[in-house]
Amino acid sequence: MATVETAAHNDTHVDNGGSWEGGSQPFKASYGKLMMWYFLVSDAFTFAGFLIAYGALRFSMPTWPVPDFVFSTTPFDGHGLPLVFVTVMTFILLASSFTMVRAVQEGHEENKRGVVKWMVLTIIGGLMFLGCQAWEWNKLIGEEHMSITQDPFGTHTEAGVYLAGDGHYVNEGDTFKAGESYLVHKHDGEWAPLDYKVTEGADAGMIKSQSLGPKAFGALFFFITGFHGFHVFSGIVIMLIVTINAATGLYSKRKNGYEMIEKVGLYWHFVDLVWVFVFLLFYLL
Amino acid sequence: MAHLTYEESKKSAVKIIIILGIITIAEVLFALLGKGYLKEGIEFPPALMGGVMILMSIVKAYLIIFEFMHMKYEAPGLAKTVLLPMFLLVWGVIAFSWEGSDWFKRRDLIKTSNERPVNDVKVGSVYDPTTAENMG
Repeated sequence: MATVETAAHNDTHVDNGGSWEGGSQPFKASYGKLMMWYFLVSDAFTFAGFLIAYGALRFSMPTWPVPDFVFSTTPFDGHGLPLVFVTVMTFILLASSFTMVRAVQEGHEENKRGVVKWMVLTIIGGLMFLGCQAWEWNKLIGEEHMSITQDPFGTHTEAGVYLAGDGHYVNEGDTFKAGESYLVHKHDGEWAPLDYKVTEGADAGMIKSQSLGPKAFGALFFFITGFHGFHVFSGIVIMLIVTINAATGLYSKRKNGYEMIEKVGLYWHFVDLVWVFVFLLFYLL
Repeated sequence: MAHLTYEESKKSAVKIIIILGIITIAEVLFALLGKGYLKEGIEFPPALMGGVMILMSIVKAYLIIFEFMHMKYEAPGLAKTVLLPMFLLVWGVIAFSWEGSDWFKRRDLIKTSNERPVNDVKVGSVYDPTTAENMG
């Protein structure tokens, strides 16, 4: 008799919303959305670990490649244009974040055509970003011979004058100041550093040879931008899946304002957010 | 979302993306100006450059999280559980920048130690880097 009473007692309290009785959503968010947020928290710490390692290693080196020199080329033979290409990449990613916001808004309106249209635009933005990154990596690996163990971008610590030219951008007799960066070329698989004469400081008059830059630069660049690029890639795959699902009418049947688009949107904005800090640390500072 | 009508949220998204674009252009122009690419002879101290750039990036991060990701409209508890752990990173950044500059000093010390002739070492003596150069 007592047990029956207890059961009846519980039943009347189901809709009370008491914290221990189930049926209510913590933080007024669905399970999927809440877990997406917590996944992003953990992912933020992973990226922060990488970026903090970058900072610590950079502080520990006497010289570091100057980003305005390393990232100063654009497609179609653009040279000496610091930050231009990577700014274009940043705008592509920002634009795709905007189209994602619009897709989520159309989803709240239960407008299937609108969702699919803006999702397709977002996917195109992601693909454009990946294309730009592929071009940048190809140039760094194929033409400038940067790898995870070797960094051809060095920085002068003294002022001097070159004793030889490289046949491209440096001529014999060109002078340079301390803090200027250079690219060591490779000829027939061998590094071909240029000789120079020091003109100022304690070593004035000595003849020295260009040395390679800090090894950590290549490894950090490829791992961090690679990890971000992998996030972009998986974002595109997930967006393709949910766009097809949206187009077939799966989400309109659920009648929850296309919540799946909202969850994927959180992930996509996070990828954009990480890029803000990758852009800051690798290219701006 | 429930706080804005469809038209209002559409307008707000356009506004936010324009602000984000303007901040990005300002960052790039400031970086180029501060390093003397736009005008000869002008150079800002690195601390000013870093400070302004980090500040602008944090504003961008705020706009993306609160506007695009709708953190503004989430329950306060959700926002706290997501954002408060991020303050651990303030410790991380300070601690590891400190550590990094210490590695830098240590590298110098190891270099001078390695260049020192072996017969300078007396058994049981304490190595003092400040007098190491006088010995050479």
